[in-house]
Amino acid sequence: MNYFPDEVIEHIFDSIASHRDRNSISLVCKSWHKIERCSRKKVFIGNCYAIDPERLIGRFPCLKSLTLKGKPHFADFNLVPHEWGGFVHPWIDALARARVGLEELRLKRMVVSDESLELLSRSFANFKSLVLVSCEGFTTDGLASIAANCRHLRELDLQENEIDDHRGQWLNCFPDSCITLTSLNFACLKGETNLAALERLVARSPNLKSLKVNRAVPLDALTRLMSCAPQLVDLGVGSYENEPDPESFAKLSAAINKCTSLRCLSGFSEVAPRCLPAFYPICQNLISLNLSYAAEIQGNHLIKFIQFCKRLQRLWILDSIGDKGLEVVASACKELQELRVFPSDLHGEEDNDAAVTEVGLVAISAGCRKLHSILYFCKQMTNAALITVAKNCPNFIRFRLCILEPNKPDHITSQSLDEGFGAIVQACKGLRRLSVSGLLTDKVFLYIGMYAEQLEMLSIAFAGDTDQGMLYVLNGCKKLRKLEIRDSPFGNAALLADVEKYETMRSLWMSSCDVTLGGCKRLARDAPWLNVEIINENESNGMEQNEEDEREKVDRLYLYRTVVGTRKDAPSCVTIL
Amino acid sequence: MDEFANLKETELRLGLPGTDNVSEERERVSSCNKRASPSDTENEIESSTRKTETSPPRKAQIVGWPPVRSYRKNIIETKKNESDHEGQGIYVKVSMDGAPYLRKIDLSCYQRYSELLKALEMMFKFSVGEYFEREGYKGSDFVPTYEDKDGDWMLIGDVPWEMFVCTCKRLRIMKGSEAKGLGCVV
Repeated sequence: MNYFPDEVIEHIFDSIASHRDRNSISLVCKSWHKIERCSRKKVFIGNCYAIDPERLIGRFPCLKSLTLKGKPHFADFNLVPHEWGGFVHPWIDALARARVGLEELRLKRMVVSDESLELLSRSFANFKSLVLVSCEGFTTDGLASIAANCRHLRELDLQENEIDDHRGQWLNCFPDSCITLTSLNFACLKGETNLAALERLVARSPNLKSLKVNRAVPLDALTRLMSCAPQLVDLGVGSYENEPDPESFAKLSAAINKCTSLRCLSGFSEVAPRCLPAFYPICQNLISLNLSYAAEIQGNHLIKFIQFCKRLQRLWILDSIGDKGLEVVASACKELQELRVFPSDLHGEEDNDAAVTEVGLVAISAGCRKLHSILYFCKQMTNAALITVAKNCPNFIRFRLCILEPNKPDHITSQSLDEGFGAIVQACKGLRRLSVSGLLTDKVFLYIGMYAEQLEMLSIAFAGDTDQGMLYVLNGCKKLRKLEIRDSPFGNAALLADVEKYETMRSLWMSSCDVTLGGCKRLARDAPWLNVEIINENESNGMEQNEEDEREKVDRLYLYRTVVGTRKDAPSCVTIL
Repeated sequence: MDEFANLKETELRLGLPGTDNVSEERERVSSCNKRASPSDTENEIESSTRKTETSPPRKAQIVGWPPVRSYRKNIIETKKNESDHEGQGIYVKVSMDGAPYLRKIDLSCYQRYSELLKALEMMFKFSVGEYFEREGYKGSDFVPTYEDKDGDWMLIGDVPWEMFVCTCKRLRIMKGSEAKGLGCVV
């Protein structure tokens, strides 16, 4: 029973942006459900196979912004075949045919084709924003369609996609009448860039706040770009490979000095370190710095630069910064909230003195008390260090630790790291995401199940002893949504203990574990509302499914709840039970 | 440790003899630390961890480990390859119509066309104008061309950079009326 007219209720709902809150609202009563669904502008779909486009459009006919995620997270690490799925085309097709007024599309880990981009560009007159993260399957021809046809385009943000660069003149395809750009990010493009076209585009985009260029944009071009866009807030730099002559350096400095609104800096994919001082004047304004692709900036140049960044909130860096460098960060960057330290050497071949250890992590935790998110790749760790970190920073929301060598114990006591991670989950009551590594027994999962009450996502690799480990997690973590496990001894007993649990979760991934085909078949039978996918090494395994021994271990298992049943677009290497 | 020293001599590798650069095979390892026995290594390509007192252990490569996005991994690999190949040099002759003598340029110093063209412009004191995919170079009397493996004279800039570097035998900067024949728009 509503005491207000629908329009008033809708107006109240308009101020509620969070998806979860809106989902809750829609459950209150039929009337609210109807008002909510008809007024909903933004929809987030965490698994594109949990629902289909027709049902989406049926429920939210007025939607303007859609976010879709496709492949499971471990696809980032080559554990999922390219043809697995996550195609965006059916979605764009359905939205186009239903004449939905789409304005924004954000995709992560999906397969996008040039045809899809062309269809997108032609079907939605008011389309404003395209954000693609870790997607693949398209070329610069697709980008040319977007540039040419989306007359009101504001945002084109390409993050870490695999794009076939045809070196066509896609930047030239933005018509002269396109003056509405606010954000342009093409840092991941590998080929040449038409500098003249880029400069003209930037010059006629007075609202451009974010510009991230690719490697092919050299220093002098960057100087000209910055000169005609002093309003930039977010800048991704291209290449600086040669030491600049004094005149070029002076011009760059002058251009940078005018960019008083600059708050975020990234790129530097090729850098002569002596170019960095040109940026010193704006360091004090920076809140976000991503130098994780700048392998050439090392040692003193790097540390000196960071020391000026007193207001930094987010820092992405390579482990070449070393423990000493992290100590400098800890003393200079008191506002730091998010830190990511990536490995610069992936194969462990170099004897890397400069890489980071538990010492750096402890220093950061002691100096940066506002830290709430960390991703840390390191050579070694100790329980003592983790216990100290937990005491220093009880506010972690995301804690991801990756010790490069699997199964590595505490390097001082040679014990497992159960106690260290246990301390983290016990102290950090708000922890939502956790990745564990190093030598770990079932005990760490006992702690996680006991203490990690807010945990939503857990990543496990090379850990645990028995099914009990996985059971502790499934039974204990009430808010768990995504669980991904690789190379751990968990089998059918754990998988099948509580089938209803998977209805409360988005997905479960298990690869190189002990679950068998028989166990998976049984699960599929007991839970018809789940898609249970077996991903095989090669196609032939899929065909011979019936003759296979049910005791055979499953290579890769991916299961997820869905309301639309088995998907029709699975390739032959995927068997859906 | 003598038995290990001899093993290294007889070991089957994927690198050239005399080099220490072994490209390791990617393989799945369900448990680490396999110690190779003497008879095994003579017949197998070495890919497992070996602890010796003389050399640091080489780690087997596990699929998808460390958990770094392929995009980022590819960038690191590319950079490593680039720095590994420094010093080899791909020198080609450069001729300019009307110039009294030729020059030589090292293609491996450049990563892309814009850098090469800039170097040529500085070397011969001219400018090439702007490149368009359909029309070629507009805005200048000079046109940069190269002779490919088949002996044909091609416009610089049409094919991907890597392909160009592999197929280019020599460069020629054409001038004036002869240049127009290559598809330059008047």
